[in-house]
Amino acid sequence: MPKLSELSVGDAVGSATVHLTRADLVRYADASGDQNPIHRSDEVARSVGLSGVIAHGMLTMGVAVRVVVDWCGDPAAVVDYGTRFTGQVPVGADDAPEPGADLEVSAVVGALDVEAGTARVDITATCGGTRVLGRARAVVRLPA
Amino acid sequence: MPVDAGQAGRTWPPGEPFEVTRAAIAAFAAATAGGGPVHPAHTDPEVARSLGHADVVAPPTFLVGLAQSSDARFVDDPASGVDFSRVVHGEQRFTHHRPAVAGDRLVAALTVESVRRMAGNDLVTMRNDITTTDGESVCTSTSMLVVRGE
Repeated sequence: MPKLSELSVGDAVGSATVHLTRADLVRYADASGDQNPIHRSDEVARSVGLSGVIAHGMLTMGVAVRVVVDWCGDPAAVVDYGTRFTGQVPVGADDAPEPGADLEVSAVVGALDVEAGTARVDITATCGGTRVLGRARAVVRLPA
Repeated sequence: MPVDAGQAGRTWPPGEPFEVTRAAIAAFAAATAGGGPVHPAHTDPEVARSLGHADVVAPPTFLVGLAQSSDARFVDDPASGVDFSRVVHGEQRFTHHRPAVAGDRLVAALTVESVRRMAGNDLVTMRNDITTTDGESVCTSTSMLVVRGE
């Protein structure tokens, strides 16, 4: 586990490219209980003005924090995690010209609070160049 | 129909208990692993115990299911004025007071914190205070829904 005393604001925490498919959306819907059909049916998604099926914002949020968990070594060290949902992640069907979606995730140390024993990690997540999470921040409890 | 600003301040007491199981944690962790390996603290009780936890630990966003089913008490209430087909998730935050672990029986108490109108949309902020059935504080979940205007 990283030590607070050895960290500086701006340090890289990690990065990942996550490829999401329609099957991943179904799996997340089943695991989370969020069965909104805009994450499964192009027809329903288009009927509410979307270009097609999009990923659950909460799936993007859940996947993005992985780089932080892998860095700190304990999922329970993430004591606070919040984000705004600023963009959509369209996920093409398996037989579409562009199947699935690529989510680019990176994270850096945004702030250190030695008194509280925590580091704030700022997460960036983009899809097709669009930021899909805004002010995504995880507060991680770390040893001194 | 816009959401009535007078809905702010409504509260619901702790609802039905939600059993946190090893299987549910493993399934959620696998669904949010992003193609990588699932962190063993979600699946292996020995690893979780070596990190100081009573059992396998829930991923940071795992409690969204409990929070959203609690939110539904407001969202699905005809008096709320929320048209769910026009709802977009605007913001989400989890503040963990202690990790949720397998074996927990959790309940959520709901408060409608605010209803604001902005650029023709209604922004509804809901807070769930999630505790064990014994009243031990586990997590505060805050979600903001955007109800798009006509």
